[in-house]
Amino acid sequence: MPGAIHAEGLVKTFGDVRALDGVDLDVPEGTVLGLLGPNGAGKTTTVRVLTTLLQPDSGKAVVAGIDVLKHPNEVRRSIGLSGQFAAVDEYLTGRENLQMVGRLYQMNAKAAKKRADELLERFNLADAADRTAKTYSGGMRRRLDLAAALVVSPPVMFMDEPTTGLDPRNRQALWGIIQELVAGGTTLLLTTQYLEEADHLAHDICVVDHGRVIARGTSDQLKAQTGGERVEVVVHDHEMIAPARDVLGRYGLSGIGHGEVTVEEHTRKLTVPVTGGAKLLAEVIRDLDARGVEIDDIGLRRPTLDDVFISLTGHAAERAEDENGEAPTDAKDRRKSRKEAAK
Amino acid sequence: MTAVTDAVTTTGPRGGISQSVTDSLVVAKRNLIRMSRIPEMVIFGLIQPIMFVVLFSYVFGGSMNIGGTTSPSVYREFLMAGIFAQTVTFATAGAGAGIADDMHKGLIDRFRALPMARGAVLTGRTLADLVQTALTVVVLAIVALLVGWRVHNGIPKALAAFALLLLLGYAFSWIGALIGLSVRTPEAATSGGLIWLFPVTFISNAFVDSSKMTPWLRHIAEWNPFSATVQACRELFGNPGVSPSDAWPMQHPVWASIIWSVLIILVFRTLAVRKYRSATA
Repeated sequence: MPGAIHAEGLVKTFGDVRALDGVDLDVPEGTVLGLLGPNGAGKTTTVRVLTTLLQPDSGKAVVAGIDVLKHPNEVRRSIGLSGQFAAVDEYLTGRENLQMVGRLYQMNAKAAKKRADELLERFNLADAADRTAKTYSGGMRRRLDLAAALVVSPPVMFMDEPTTGLDPRNRQALWGIIQELVAGGTTLLLTTQYLEEADHLAHDICVVDHGRVIARGTSDQLKAQTGGERVEVVVHDHEMIAPARDVLGRYGLSGIGHGEVTVEEHTRKLTVPVTGGAKLLAEVIRDLDARGVEIDDIGLRRPTLDDVFISLTGHAAERAEDENGEAPTDAKDRRKSRKEAAK
Repeated sequence: MTAVTDAVTTTGPRGGISQSVTDSLVVAKRNLIRMSRIPEMVIFGLIQPIMFVVLFSYVFGGSMNIGGTTSPSVYREFLMAGIFAQTVTFATAGAGAGIADDMHKGLIDRFRALPMARGAVLTGRTLADLVQTALTVVVLAIVALLVGWRVHNGIPKALAAFALLLLLGYAFSWIGALIGLSVRTPEAATSGGLIWLFPVTFISNAFVDSSKMTPWLRHIAEWNPFSATVQACRELFGNPGVSPSDAWPMQHPVWASIIWSVLIILVFRTLAVRKYRSATA
């Protein structure tokens, strides 16, 4: 039985760019799928297709049991979308924003008002309810945006980089809200550039790059696929990087996750995937010592999703730290889409 | 958690037209609230036409020959229909900038992902602009009365003239809606919404007697949709300078004005709504 969100072979081209190159997804009801990928990988485009905002060139999409291409308006009744921008009217108060969205979800005025009050309370915005959204902080706008997406308690939610541009405290708070939502039975598709976020929130993860899903599985499965453990060494000064790399190279597993020693020059950190646990760690320390390599820190760790990312895509996840919340992905997608719309 | 997951009863799918009307009014209300919170925009919108009245009346006033006289007071009476008509067409820039801003801020995406009537975001915007235009016209009429403009054919005809003006303004705001959906930034929509209005409003009978233009220019001016409304207003207000031209729109300016405006609404509403459906912010 197909899941609450199901996509098959989605293709979308903008000019000669294949933004989606055959994306398949399946999100079982009540679970969270994390769509992970670098900028321009096709995350936003996927969300736009699934939320009826963009017509794919080919492929099939079913959301909440409804065909997205055939019955977009029915789909809109069953979904909530929280995009990359906090899409709220900044000249309206928090309450007016939510009431408007409620009315446009075809609620009557009374029901929309009641629902707005509930959500303002729930999202800790009751005190600011009658101030214009212009006066809100970034975190408050995000919460208002999320509240707007939840006006009808949709069974299926889409969040496109929900925490981009938020400070750590607000990010944690938003994660809490998302977890409660999912505990309540909502199916969620979430895109993120923060590997930690996907690790934290998602049951399943799809890694996308160049418009294709290049890996899928649980966070643990992906990590296991990348290779068991890593030895991480921080050498005392830059001259010791080269000898340390020689030593570590001998322990590196070939074939899994490229098996290469990765070096971060500025932090003097070397990492290599290994098998053999603590015993091997002792050997590495002895070997390094024999070569006269002074170390500041050494440890054995499980792979992070960052490692998964690097080994799968060949490049590190580019993080959008832009405080405005304007992720470059989106800007690029938008330019492309606008070109499309102009035709 | 109950607050979030409680099912909320909606009124369910409603009939096409009733939903369109409700949704449009919800969006119109939103835009009117916005306007009330950015009063400087409304005020600038008022200052511009007032400035035009004063500048044209007193700078051009003595040198314009209208109906065989260069009397400044005759020109002032002649001028007002032109200024009224030009003012209502400036609604184009407001609609364009507003919609471009909504695109830019991601609000159009939010609206498009809601189960609302397709044309409602644009209709709501143009209706709100109509309210603003009406307000501007009232203020402008007061200023016009102060500089000596008068209505000579009675109130009902004057009201009919104002109705034609508002219809023209409403039609032009649909052109603005299409511009707003087609450009990248609100700034581009503002200038893009205004630039082409200058030739449209100047190659017309609004500020000068079009019968004195070179023939090819005169033909354009006489068939200009904008000129029909100006001519109709002069006739209905009983102001001087009604063109005696044989051109059909100049002979039947009221009908010509209505036909042009309705035609503009039909064409540009269709194009704008189509554009909205594929719009990507």
